Amino acid sequence: MTALRILAAGPGVTLQDGGRHGYLRFGVTAAGPMDRLAFATANAAAGAKRNATAIEVSLGGLELAADAAVSLAVAGGAFRIELAGRPLPSAAVATLEPGQKLAIRPGDAGAWCYVAVAGRIDVPNMLGSTATHTRSGLGGISGRALAAGDVLPFAEPRTIEPKLATLDAHWLARAGTTIRVVLGPQDDYFTKAAIAAFLAGPWTLSARSDRMAYLLEGERLAHAKGFNIVSDGIAFGAIQVPGDGQPVVLMADRQPTGGYPKIANVIGADLGKIAQLRPGTQISFAAVTIEEAVAARRAEALALERPIPREPLMRTEFPSEFLLGLNLVDGVIADDAADEGA
Amino acid sequence: MTVPYPRYLDAGEAALVVEFGETADPAVNAQVRALDEAILSLTLEGVRETVPTYRSLMIHYDPLLLARKNLVAAIEQIEAAHPKPREPKALWMLPCCYAPEFAEDLFRIAELTKLKPERVVALHSGATYRVYMYGFAPGFCYLGGVPDALKISRREKVRPPHPANAVLLGGGLTLVSTFAMPTGWYVIGRTPERMFAPTRAPIFLVEIGDALKFEPVDAATFAALDARAAAGEIVAKRKPLR
Repeated sequence: MTALRILAAGPGVTLQDGGRHGYLRFGVTAAGPMDRLAFATANAAAGAKRNATAIEVSLGGLELAADAAVSLAVAGGAFRIELAGRPLPSAAVATLEPGQKLAIRPGDAGAWCYVAVAGRIDVPNMLGSTATHTRSGLGGISGRALAAGDVLPFAEPRTIEPKLATLDAHWLARAGTTIRVVLGPQDDYFTKAAIAAFLAGPWTLSARSDRMAYLLEGERLAHAKGFNIVSDGIAFGAIQVPGDGQPVVLMADRQPTGGYPKIANVIGADLGKIAQLRPGTQISFAAVTIEEAVAARRAEALALERPIPREPLMRTEFPSEFLLGLNLVDGVIADDAADEGA
Repeated sequence: MTVPYPRYLDAGEAALVVEFGETADPAVNAQVRALDEAILSLTLEGVRETVPTYRSLMIHYDPLLLARKNLVAAIEQIEAAHPKPREPKALWMLPCCYAPEFAEDLFRIAELTKLKPERVVALHSGATYRVYMYGFAPGFCYLGGVPDALKISRREKVRPPHPANAVLLGGGLTLVSTFAMPTGWYVIGRTPERMFAPTRAPIFLVEIGDALKFEPVDAATFAALDARAAAGEIVAKRKPLR
């Protein structure tokens, strides 16, 4: 068995698959990726199953190496990717030769980045999933975040052609800081003025945010009917407002039930967008209808229905200006563009 | 103000909350469980999973496979038949040690209820509970059916972490915990049983709707049972009711 070796991992780097589904009714958190679209993009680019186990890289960054030649796909926020010291685009296929190092560090934007593998990261399923939930100690490696020295057993490693490529995953470039929500289920616990204030913001994403919850700071929201409700279910993106009037967006590691009124829920198509925002970012919300939310979800699902366009990156020590002068790269791009049009 | 129930509330476009009331009332919870059982038996394409809580059912669904209006129509059809939840399949006898070192808050509960500690234990272990819901953490089990004399509020302030498998009381409920954590409930005892054991079959000991009683055991018995439970054995007794 070959392996991926973790050389360095900042806090909050975990293994995630599509999530631990079917056990919410037993109090089990689903976990899974913070940015589901970026996760699915990385897996698709690596030729892996849609919900295959991948590494979710936090702002803490990651360095890894492989024992055998293997291709990886990276997608997510605008992270800085380096293969054996060579910079790569933030959405790319990279093929590691044994001993080469892939380094991923936070770049200009984005909070999460996914490393998917051509092959299979072979860690045990717990309740049908490898998704790491550190609070209950389930999934991944012993239910914890990855750390330097970890060895991830790796089955069926493959390399894919082209060995180095940039991915055109333009759907991951989500512009703006307005997050669409569907109001409810407990918007009747708030006055009209409070709902308007909630939507308008601005809210500042707190540095205390994590995989469980994104905490928002801004003008205190007033409750109309108190802030205790009898606990009920919590969906991904639920925005609950506890007694301090500061909204909390419940994310991938949320508990399945809770007892604060939920003023709104982030729509599925904007979950990845809010997940990728960094602490300190100012955001506002826009209320949409269920129909609009479903249409946005449908549009998002289309992104991965076709193969992800990719352009080979020439494997050379020559500077890119020199290559451009030779017209080599142009030719390659033209071929690739012709394929796309076909 | 009277609200017509059930209410259909959206938690985004991929989860529907069907609410039967505002309070944790046994009759309301029975409606939740009845709908949960009925919707699961339909195996509707697009229904991903359901989460029964005291007074509502959350249905997680894929709106690209199942339109909201079709989901609501299916629920209305179920509700038109006034379904009743199944009778409990089983009565679980769960060992519980009420010795002072395991029941850290027993004297405080006695003060609050103006009962002798022995009376608190007799009442708590004499009642038959129903499993209302899980929540909070894997296997963390919420039981309804607490005798009126033991219905005390939750703590005003969260207490330091209780040990794993602590049995808790407060807010009109009794609970069986699975992980050590700070809590707003009172610790009334501890069970050697594991309500959640990811490498055991079954992983979760009891089903929502099951009946459960606590069987008092002394500290020595607790230690023996705890060792057996740690080795993967189920030490609670299950009596089939049907």
